[in-house]
Amino acid sequence: MKKIIRILIAKPGLDGHDRGAKYVARALKDAGYEVIYTGIRQTPEAIVKTAIQEDVDFVGLSLLSGAHNELFPKVVRLLREQQASDIIVFGGGVIPDVDIPQLKDNGIEIIFTPGTPISDVIQFIEANRERVSR
Amino acid sequence: MPESKHLEDQRKSWESGTVKKVTDRNPERKKEFMTGSWIPVERVHLPSITTDAEYSEKLGFPGEYPFTRGVQPTMYRGRFWTMRQYAGFGTAEESNQRYKFLMSQGQTGLSIAFDLPTQIGYDSDDPHSEGEVGKVGVAIDTLKDMEILFDGIPLDKVSTSMTINAPAAVLLAMYIAVAEKQGISKQEINGTIQNDILKEYMARGTYIFPPKPSLRLITNIFEYCVQEVPKWNTISISGYHIREAGSTAVQEVAFTLADGIEYVKAAVKAGMDVDAFADRLSFFFNSHNDLLEEVAKFRAARRIWAKIMKEKFHAKSPKSMMLRFHTQTGGSTLTAQQPDNNIVRIAIQTLAAVLGGTQSLHTNSRDEALGLPTEDAVRIALKTQQIVAYESGVTNSIDPLAGSYLVESLTDKIESDVWNYIDKIEEFGGMVRAIENGFVQKEIQDAAYKYQREVESGERVIVGVNKFTVEQEAPKEILKVDPELRNVQIRKIAEVRKIRNASTVKSCLNELREGAKHPEVNLMPLILDAVSEYATLGEICNVLREEFGEYQESIVL
Amino acid sequence: MNDLAERILKGDVRAIARAISWIENNRPEKEKLIDALYPHCGNAQVWGITGPPGAGKSTLLDKIIEIERHRQKKVAVIAVDPSSPFSGGAILGDRLRMQSHATDEGVFIRSMASRGHLGGVAQATRDAIKVLDAAGFDLIAVETIGVGQTEIEVVGLSDLVLLVLVPGLGDEIQAMKAGVMEIGDIFVVNKKDRDGAMKLKAEIEYVLGIQFADQPEKIKPVVMTAASMNEGIDELLTAIDAYVLKISNNGFLQNKRKGRLKSEIRQIFTQKVSAYINQKYDFENRLDKWVDAVYRKKNGPYSLINGKINLFLRESNWL
Repeated sequence: MKKIIRILIAKPGLDGHDRGAKYVARALKDAGYEVIYTGIRQTPEAIVKTAIQEDVDFVGLSLLSGAHNELFPKVVRLLREQQASDIIVFGGGVIPDVDIPQLKDNGIEIIFTPGTPISDVIQFIEANRERVSR
Repeated sequence: MPESKHLEDQRKSWESGTVKKVTDRNPERKKEFMTGSWIPVERVHLPSITTDAEYSEKLGFPGEYPFTRGVQPTMYRGRFWTMRQYAGFGTAEESNQRYKFLMSQGQTGLSIAFDLPTQIGYDSDDPHSEGEVGKVGVAIDTLKDMEILFDGIPLDKVSTSMTINAPAAVLLAMYIAVAEKQGISKQEINGTIQNDILKEYMARGTYIFPPKPSLRLITNIFEYCVQEVPKWNTISISGYHIREAGSTAVQEVAFTLADGIEYVKAAVKAGMDVDAFADRLSFFFNSHNDLLEEVAKFRAARRIWAKIMKEKFHAKSPKSMMLRFHTQTGGSTLTAQQPDNNIVRIAIQTLAAVLGGTQSLHTNSRDEALGLPTEDAVRIALKTQQIVAYESGVTNSIDPLAGSYLVESLTDKIESDVWNYIDKIEEFGGMVRAIENGFVQKEIQDAAYKYQREVESGERVIVGVNKFTVEQEAPKEILKVDPELRNVQIRKIAEVRKIRNASTVKSCLNELREGAKHPEVNLMPLILDAVSEYATLGEICNVLREEFGEYQESIVL
Repeated sequence: MNDLAERILKGDVRAIARAISWIENNRPEKEKLIDALYPHCGNAQVWGITGPPGAGKSTLLDKIIEIERHRQKKVAVIAVDPSSPFSGGAILGDRLRMQSHATDEGVFIRSMASRGHLGGVAQATRDAIKVLDAAGFDLIAVETIGVGQTEIEVVGLSDLVLLVLVPGLGDEIQAMKAGVMEIGDIFVVNKKDRDGAMKLKAEIEYVLGIQFADQPEKIKPVVMTAASMNEGIDELLTAIDAYVLKISNNGFLQNKRKGRLKSEIRQIFTQKVSAYINQKYDFENRLDKWVDAVYRKKNGPYSLINGKINLFLRESNWL
């Protein structure tokens, strides 16, 4: 039986716009995943602790306030420090193309920019299913 | 009133004859046609207002109850709407420059955007502010920043709108202090603070305290301004963000007006007379692409609010019944793909707001799906307003779409649906209760979800995104905010701390704390004292956090 | 895997989380792991928290955690939510209301989806409790939504059950009539600032009064709280402490735990035997033929099944 994949959808920083994150969470649930959604105003520390307790396979970070260059890499760094670098991190929100290469260098596997259909996200998760089978 | 029997019969025979001949060979594009908010529209609409009595009851004349056709008797024939572009980013110095630029380009009012730490009452050196300083607006930590922001801008010559909610009292106090330093009395200053906490809980997320103390701060501001700052608009009851969160047009109006009801109730409960403050209430709406629905929405909103103020709150003064509003074009309609398309969308949305009778307007810039706008893009956004004002002809007569069968039908339908929501919310016991129950959040989320599913399936076309796409997009120039900003602010705060009188600040904060403990005390004067002594925004808000507690988001999907 | 057990006993969060995942995914290694951890179990108190959606269970738990942490207790929470019967996925959002404790090393929160198990709470939860117990948590709270079977199951795995109700939902009286009242050991009327709170309390006390008419000493406490305003929590914990003391002293707790073990052992045994036989007999592959026969009325269901079982037992030399 296919393992059920667990995904944490989190909003780091102070940005309160959760329409996108809520949509993604709901759509991923409809696709058969277990989605932990922790609401707005999460610190990177809280996100990482949550990811570890919930033993998630993926962490999806949503941010629209421009703080992604600081906060996304911090999440990846903290995961590494706590021996959880096997958790795959992706992101979305208002993120200019020009910032994406550096985010990738910092360990964020993929960024889903505005207008990306949810099927792309699901495709990404399924493509990485083998990596997270434990 | 539905169309006369005679017309009804004619329509039926038209449908079964002329129409059927065509649709048998060429069916229409869709089974059902609906507005952007899923209100069904018919193939043709027929007259619904056919008597003078109906006209008087539903429409009336501009500047007279029920204000459906406009709140001013001359509207744009007297004066165009205020062209007010929201701006502010990075440091107070840079923002100051941008404001001076906009004013030189013909902008007639200032609109200030604050960064998230400021909006949530955190200083730039607070750990919560990491990564956020100066990103979505200007960072204001102390009165010093405010002084720089308005350096060289005479506050008796401008009207300033500040998009600030939870700590609105503090920023207003700072503005007053700056004016006084310029030698201008607070009796003379003109502007607006958004100050609408309920929509924060519902859709925007920059809350600090729980509802009860938040409403207290709001009524404190009402009371203070009635006496001391009479030209100030003390609240901008907002539907913009509710719509951005994914609500329908009906929900945008319903939840906004229901918020309005809650605020008026709170003020009346605090002992204020409705006619004393209601004329200073203003509203803030969104403007989306479905032009005719939007126009109908604005008209319905005016009619409903007038009825609410007259029948529910027994307002006597016509000024209390007028729904004056600012509009912003819909940010969530902007696409990252093919950004030039956004100029066209914004033009349509501008037209909708103007045909809808807005008092002031902010037009978005084409590149805002990805970041703060570049100067170039902002210029075009402002020009869009000017072209509609001067070249399109729609400002020559008031409420020009009145009488359109479709628009009148939509106005009626939206009004009726809005009343249903308002009644439902009253059943909960008001907006605060409805929010606690998660009712409004769920309505918004469900609408947002449905909308997005339609986009995903292609049922709802977004040009350039799910249809008529382009493979390789040209790289876009976007505005970058200097990440060093936070350190700059941190140094500034340290400077201010050196210069100010630490013990005076301390005693001001203690006074504030004492005042907060007693619900009958108006906190505005105490906050004014504190900011004048250069207490930081964070210091003031932390005192209030300790006394009032913090709001905890609790409702999920 | 012994390594995993050792790490769990040391309180390693990643190890605990991983073990719970093994349990959820029913990995065969879990059995050895549980057996290795079992000798270290028995220290934790297990509370079940149930009630209708919107009752404020998570908010209440959030406040309970705060107080228990002040008492230097380590707290673990298992928050169970239903999986979608259509997609198999789930949105697990209970922990959102407890996120203020996300970075506290002494708090562990795990969200579990019911994953199609009847009633929503299953053996996976029981085993997860053992892991958390062995890892050194003093209090383990299991939160479920009180609809139908879930409450019964929650009783089956906890030392005491908090039944949280709120005024104004309308259906709490129905719940009471349906026998759900017997589930709770302590009754919480949350959102006590609402209209109808006192009435609800009175109604609960009335029903309890009837239930325990001839054993008034067994009447269960009803506590009023307003969790979001931090009111009544101390009183609630006092009532819980008193209740726990009482049932520890009168042997009731011991019996409950034994009874709990009994159900668990029965359940595991039955499930394993059934699985073994199904596998040996190749049940899943034969099932379609049986369905066909019964559908076409060649056999009645009982006669077919009894016949097949008899045949199977004879062939296996059991008869």
